[in-house]
Amino acid sequence: MSSTRTILDPTSERNVAERERLARPASLEGLTVGLLDISKPRGDVFLDQLETRLVGVGANVKRYRKPTFTKPAPVDLRHEISVECQVVIEALAD
Amino acid sequence: MHSPIAAPTLPDGIVVIVKEECATCHAVERVLRELDDQAPLTVYTQDDPRFPETPTPIHDADLSISWHHRIETVPTVLRVVDGVEVERTVGWHRDEWTRVTGVDGLGADLPAIRPGCGSLSVDPDLVDELNVRFGASTLTSRRIDVADAEDEIEMMFTRGWTDGLPVVPPTEERVMRMLTGTTRAPSDIVATVPPDLVDVTVEKVAVAAVMAGCLPEYLPWVLTAVEAACTNEFNMHGLLATTMPVGPVLVCSGPGTRAIGMNSGGNALGQGNRANSTIGRALQLVVRNVGGGRPGEVDRATHGSPGKIGFCFAENDVESPYGTLAVEHGIEPDVDAITLFAGEGTRCVVDQLSREPDSLARSLAAGLQAMHHPKLVLGFDAILVMGPEHARVFADAGWGREQILAGISEHLNRPGSELVRGADGMAEGLPEAFGEAPSLPKFRPGGLMLTHAGNGTGLFSEIIAGWANGDVGSKPVTRAVTY
Repeated sequence: MSSTRTILDPTSERNVAERERLARPASLEGLTVGLLDISKPRGDVFLDQLETRLVGVGANVKRYRKPTFTKPAPVDLRHEISVECQVVIEALAD
Repeated sequence: MHSPIAAPTLPDGIVVIVKEECATCHAVERVLRELDDQAPLTVYTQDDPRFPETPTPIHDADLSISWHHRIETVPTVLRVVDGVEVERTVGWHRDEWTRVTGVDGLGADLPAIRPGCGSLSVDPDLVDELNVRFGASTLTSRRIDVADAEDEIEMMFTRGWTDGLPVVPPTEERVMRMLTGTTRAPSDIVATVPPDLVDVTVEKVAVAAVMAGCLPEYLPWVLTAVEAACTNEFNMHGLLATTMPVGPVLVCSGPGTRAIGMNSGGNALGQGNRANSTIGRALQLVVRNVGGGRPGEVDRATHGSPGKIGFCFAENDVESPYGTLAVEHGIEPDVDAITLFAGEGTRCVVDQLSREPDSLARSLAAGLQAMHHPKLVLGFDAILVMGPEHARVFADAGWGREQILAGISEHLNRPGSELVRGADGMAEGLPEAFGEAPSLPKFRPGGLMLTHAGNGTGLFSEIIAGWANGDVGSKPVTRAVTY
């Protein structure tokens, strides 16, 4: 056999596109904030509390829901959020 | 990418390729001298440059003539006109040699026919290297040179490409040999692999199969498993992201499982069989290295399970008294197939005393009821891997698959009041609303699946518990193996 010491890259070899985040807004007043319910039990209780506080500081809140917590949000839903909201609160808990 | 080396042109006239280590080539040595007197003849020798003594041969030392002109047998006789082969015969066959060379009466003292020997250019020890050296490599993966002082096994650990066990270095020779296991082109897209949603090619799957330790004949099974895992129904993304200890469990069936030497008997769910141990592992390496699914990143399992290295076994479909899981899922009998199931490790159900089917069904049900939590029902599927001694209890009583599943399920119904949160002093359970239900089954329809594996000693069966089922989580996916 050949003694070559060259191997093939087992990874996807992809180049990850990095995009800069928008600057954080100084205030949420008048901005539309998206809250995405991932469909875990009692997630709605938590989001209700969050909505109350956001409305209290003058934000408009739009609520969204994934069909199941086990799968990524459908592309149409992601698009909907992106055109309807200026701010999304992203967090993860289990 | 490597460029192909141009095929060397053959001289016009008669060309014969021989090797010294071939009795038929020795037998025709005199015929070559007869030919040399009557036709323009060129002899190439593959191994010993002094053979034959006359006519003087050209040494095909690097086998480039043999490889490029697809010599599979020696001797091979070609007639070449304007650099192009127009006739060919192999071995010694007097009439054929006359037809190709146009010379009568050759080898009068030889028998009419004598088969040839294998060409060195197709020697299993050399062919992969020759394919890489001369072939137009169609492989597109990035080449990574390993430094002289570097250990390639350690280098692959360092780069994060392993599952914690050593992997076989995927050299081009090994990957090309792996690709002989399929008729598919290396550039074919097999699936889009989560979580990074990357299109994976047959080539990258072959790289993972090499690393996992597969043989080429396992590759169609690995490709089919990758396809099945990357469906929306199976939801590989969710299997990674979940905190539960699940991974893809591969249940294989069909004559192909025996052809590649899979184990469906003793220790079928354990170690020691190459196909069982490497096919599931190859799938997991694809998910890790191509899809980017790694523990601590998208893989958020609280505990994980040993099966996440790779969990693959064969059903004993020949001796199963109740057919296969694949047939239950709509595949024709005797068709090679894989069922992918989102499952955790195994749990043994011991019942060494039941000789009546209903008694055994009750025991199996008791074990199944406890799966994940006795009070959590309908949310998880399971595979029951029944051992031959348990299966015989049902078979002797004339129970088939449907009756076994119905008989077990009959003992898996509990009133909602026993399952709700707080019942039995346990906070865990179903929401209050289920409290009124007179009876709730442990499994949704089709959620309890049956397979047959293990050896003939031991009144045991194994439960492989599942994960969130149906549209919420994962559905079992069964696919016929594509070759």
